[in-house]
Amino acid sequence: MARVVVDVMLKPEILDPQGQAVQRALPRLGFDGISDVRQGKRFELEVDGPVDDAALARIHDLAESFLANTVIEDFTVKVEEVAEASK
Amino acid sequence: MTTRIGVVTFPGSLDDRDTQRAIRIAGAEPVALWHKDKDLKQVDAVVLCGGFSYGDYLRAGAIARFSPVMEPLIEQAKAGLPVLGICNGFQILTEAHLLPGAMLGNDHLHFICRDQKLRVENADTSWTSDYDAGQEIHIPLKNMDGRYVADEYTLDELEAEGRVAFRYVDFNPNGSLRDIAGITNEAGNVVGLMPHPEHAVEPLIGTGRTDGLPFFTSILKKLVTA
Repeated sequence: MARVVVDVMLKPEILDPQGQAVQRALPRLGFDGISDVRQGKRFELEVDGPVDDAALARIHDLAESFLANTVIEDFTVKVEEVAEASK
Repeated sequence: MTTRIGVVTFPGSLDDRDTQRAIRIAGAEPVALWHKDKDLKQVDAVVLCGGFSYGDYLRAGAIARFSPVMEPLIEQAKAGLPVLGICNGFQILTEAHLLPGAMLGNDHLHFICRDQKLRVENADTSWTSDYDAGQEIHIPLKNMDGRYVADEYTLDELEAEGRVAFRYVDFNPNGSLRDIAGITNEAGNVVGLMPHPEHAVEPLIGTGRTDGLPFFTSILKKLVTA
């Protein structure tokens, strides 16, 4: 088993009111010096079998056609090391 | 022969019955389509109605776009089948790339529900011919994700080709770019808009006006003369 992480973010030019709402709350909470916040989505895909180039290519297609809407969002795909569960 | 207009029900659709009713009032026969249907039952046109298909998870309309019924719908819409997407239906049409751009959360982050003034910018589509270009109408608007966005190039193209079908007047309820409330594809058979014409077809309910009815009479006329 391996984990592939797809991160999806609104494109920089798209207004992100959720991120702005979070950013505006920060001074009230005593966090200064953070000039911008943008909020995205993270998908963790648990993959059966090896994550080879073919598997990654399929996940890339999945991200491009479904997980992200590329009209408004950018995405990245990366393989994450999963610590072996101790048995 | 009666004109048959399909109304697709997805899990989470809310306005399918109102839409069927509007179609009936306009004089056509509504045909209930289920999201798992693999064919369109030979209808003459289709309405994708409002609601929250699949709970709007992932993005509004994103999961519905892959329902079995969408496969023949996308194919036939590209071949000229008239399709109207209202609210969630508009979101599904953008997700399916039958209409350009995308729908995002309202800029104020709130659900909004109000009587909305619109200007009909294009009265040449399959769904708007019973309006006059420039006519102002009031129909209800209710949504969470109604902010229309597209890149500058696409927006300029829509404007230049007269494909901005409806614009918000006096008040932009959701931050839509260039006050866009609805658009059409190049051929004019696929139209999407956020406000709800199906809720304004009887004087007794909603706005007390019937400003939404011409959507459904336009398509009837179009199909009868086709």
